[in-house]
Amino acid sequence: MKDEFDFEGYTCPVPIKPNDTVVLGHGSGGRLSHDLINRLFLPELGKAAPRALDDSAIVNINGQRLALTTDSHVVSPLFFPGGDIGRLAICGTVNDLAMVGAKPIALTCGFVIEEGLSFEILQRVVQSMRDSAAEAGVYIAAGDTKVVQKGGADKLFINTAGIGFVESTINISGANARVDDVIIISGTLGDHGIAVMSAREGLNFETDLKSDVAPLNHLIAAMIQAGEIHVLRDPTRGGLATTLNEIAIQSNLTVELQETALPVKPQVHAACEMLGFDPLYVANEGKLVAFVKAEDAEKILSVMHQTRYGEEAVIIGKVVQTKNPHVRLRTAIGGTRLIDMLPGEMLPRIC
Amino acid sequence: MKYVDEYRDPAQVKSLLEEIAKIVSRPWTLMEICGGQTHAFLHHGLDDMLPGEIELVHGPGCPVCVTPLEQIDRALAIAARPEVIFTSYGDMLRVPGSTVDLFNVRAKGGDVRVVYSPLESLKIAQANPDKQVVFFAIGFETTAPANAMAVLQAQKQNIKNFSVVVSHVCVPPAMEAILSSKHNRVQAYLAAGHVCAVMGYHEYPPIAEKYKVPIVVTGFEPVDLLRGVLTAIKQLEAGKAEVENAYERAVTLEGNLPAQKVINTVLQPVDRKWRGIGMIPKSGWGLRPEFESFDAETRFSVGEIVTQESPLCIAGEILQGIQKPPQCSAFGKECTPSTPLGAPMVSAEGACSAYYRYHREAVFHER
Amino acid sequence: MCLSIPGKITEVYEDGSLIMGKVDFGGVLKEVCLDYVPEAQTGQYVLIHVGFAISVLDEDEAMARMDLLREIESFEEELNPDEIR
Repeated sequence: MKDEFDFEGYTCPVPIKPNDTVVLGHGSGGRLSHDLINRLFLPELGKAAPRALDDSAIVNINGQRLALTTDSHVVSPLFFPGGDIGRLAICGTVNDLAMVGAKPIALTCGFVIEEGLSFEILQRVVQSMRDSAAEAGVYIAAGDTKVVQKGGADKLFINTAGIGFVESTINISGANARVDDVIIISGTLGDHGIAVMSAREGLNFETDLKSDVAPLNHLIAAMIQAGEIHVLRDPTRGGLATTLNEIAIQSNLTVELQETALPVKPQVHAACEMLGFDPLYVANEGKLVAFVKAEDAEKILSVMHQTRYGEEAVIIGKVVQTKNPHVRLRTAIGGTRLIDMLPGEMLPRIC
Repeated sequence: MKYVDEYRDPAQVKSLLEEIAKIVSRPWTLMEICGGQTHAFLHHGLDDMLPGEIELVHGPGCPVCVTPLEQIDRALAIAARPEVIFTSYGDMLRVPGSTVDLFNVRAKGGDVRVVYSPLESLKIAQANPDKQVVFFAIGFETTAPANAMAVLQAQKQNIKNFSVVVSHVCVPPAMEAILSSKHNRVQAYLAAGHVCAVMGYHEYPPIAEKYKVPIVVTGFEPVDLLRGVLTAIKQLEAGKAEVENAYERAVTLEGNLPAQKVINTVLQPVDRKWRGIGMIPKSGWGLRPEFESFDAETRFSVGEIVTQESPLCIAGEILQGIQKPPQCSAFGKECTPSTPLGAPMVSAEGACSAYYRYHREAVFHER
Repeated sequence: MCLSIPGKITEVYEDGSLIMGKVDFGGVLKEVCLDYVPEAQTGQYVLIHVGFAISVLDEDEAMARMDLLREIESFEEELNPDEIR
């Protein structure tokens, strides 16, 4: 080694051009998904109202407020601990309706099936949809089937769309957070994402963890009776971190979380340490985050505790006013860190 | 989790911080070599809790960040071949080459798969005898034993459709390169605990002596990190420059001998170019001649790839700790984790990415 | 660099020429290669990196350091009891 090492003249990588191709990360629910929506879908298809970024749209028809939403479901494997694509397809749309305060009424379902799928598998999926719809109290009003060539789809994709009624007094939106609002999560973080990963080929780890996939409309109906709710969201793909960032942007306020208050099962904590994930970014399918009026928080919480899917509900943070809207976390050891959206696809890392 | 949770104990963190504050009497600049430690400092918000006298600069210890552009371009060219299943640690997928990254290669039909362990690549090779399975063997000394074992097993089991793109780097030569730079600001090192778990720390005393810097082997949890800082500050305040181990439960002086043996069987020291820094002599490992047949770059003859690095980003200075990420004019504007201009913004443990994710608000306030 | 986390060995076995085993990371079981820690036994904790154990954690060292740290802590509490919590 020479005595004086010369670093002069070394520079850094060329900027890469913006993506001209859709990559998996565009469907991850994180920042890339947002870029796609803002760059392509909203300018071409939507009038960019804040509502367009909520889980459901609300349309007025002859004085009646109807919530309307759609969701396509792709998951590998089709069956995973605690659930399957059928239950996911029903709960996803029921929850999207419920998150704007709607009472879900009816769903449609569209199947895209890869040829070669066995009737037995399809039947199990459909029975699971039937049971989940019964649990949520919705009916399936219409359906459609398409079959594609081998390789044209991965076994089975399901799209569901749904409608629900919204009472005239209800005003729940990601844009409605207020300073001092208390933030409640209905249960533990990341159960679904880690349960699905444990069943996925390649990662190969064993755990008794189950997906939390569940319909949350009954829980929400009880919460609405109990107190004043400003925001409701289900932190699905992209996890709680992405959802809270969306709300912070929509409401132009800052969200402050307490790390010690975040409920995480030991298995999820361990799997995240192992793979280099953060539970804040792992998907949930049966959890909601609520921003509620501070005075009503305890009442809402106690009502949640009496329901099946809200037993483990806890307060995780509050809304504060700062110069720039963001999400931050007070760490267990007393530090602070910024919580960003999921940047792209979540991948196991070695570093 | 045992050996994790007790090292995140707020009371112990508090008493260590008080202890550090008590003994520090003037400004000191410490470098944590390892990106995993940078990540941990920022993840726990620990950097802001240290006394103002202590400045942490973030080292080049991120294999994803320092893999040179032309190496990535060669890997991308191999990954795009129709007969190839390209396997990689998840970290590498997002790293941009000259024009695309592995995500784009996959989107355009390349068979790119993420593996958790290189042994999984071997299994993929055995399950797909009609395909060529290539593994992107990147990493520091910590990862080398695993990657070397995959090659050794491929040879033992005569798995002919397996090969590797090797881009291994070693820490001590980089530590020395940084200290010998005329811009050097580093007064003490926190050495990378997991590298030392494999290699031990017997290579460090000559460096500590020659450059008069304390080197403290340091772990990754808040209590471990603060013990590393405390040990280094104690030495600096006393005018000492010694090698100490503050990660005793995982690291011994001689390291992991069986692992070193397999590394030396399969790999040999080579000159290696570090992205953002440049060529550092004998700072990497390449395949030994006996294992040349497993070299994907000769198997697929991708030819000479010449790349042009841009002057826009200051990654070189970031990786040497001369500048901090917020001092870069592109930081948080043109350069974000979704649209990285430089490698330190790409990897989760890259200094720029860590700053972007954990400290952007502070930066915005500064501006 | 180098994400590496501790897990407890629950099973040791041979697979071809390699020593393999199962490691429990607090409720998550994963198969890992134990070839670099041939002395490791069931019940011991090892550091795992990319599916390989790279170090057996030294329980005595860990306990000794923890005791030392706790001493500092209680010493400081005696010095300024108001400042702690």
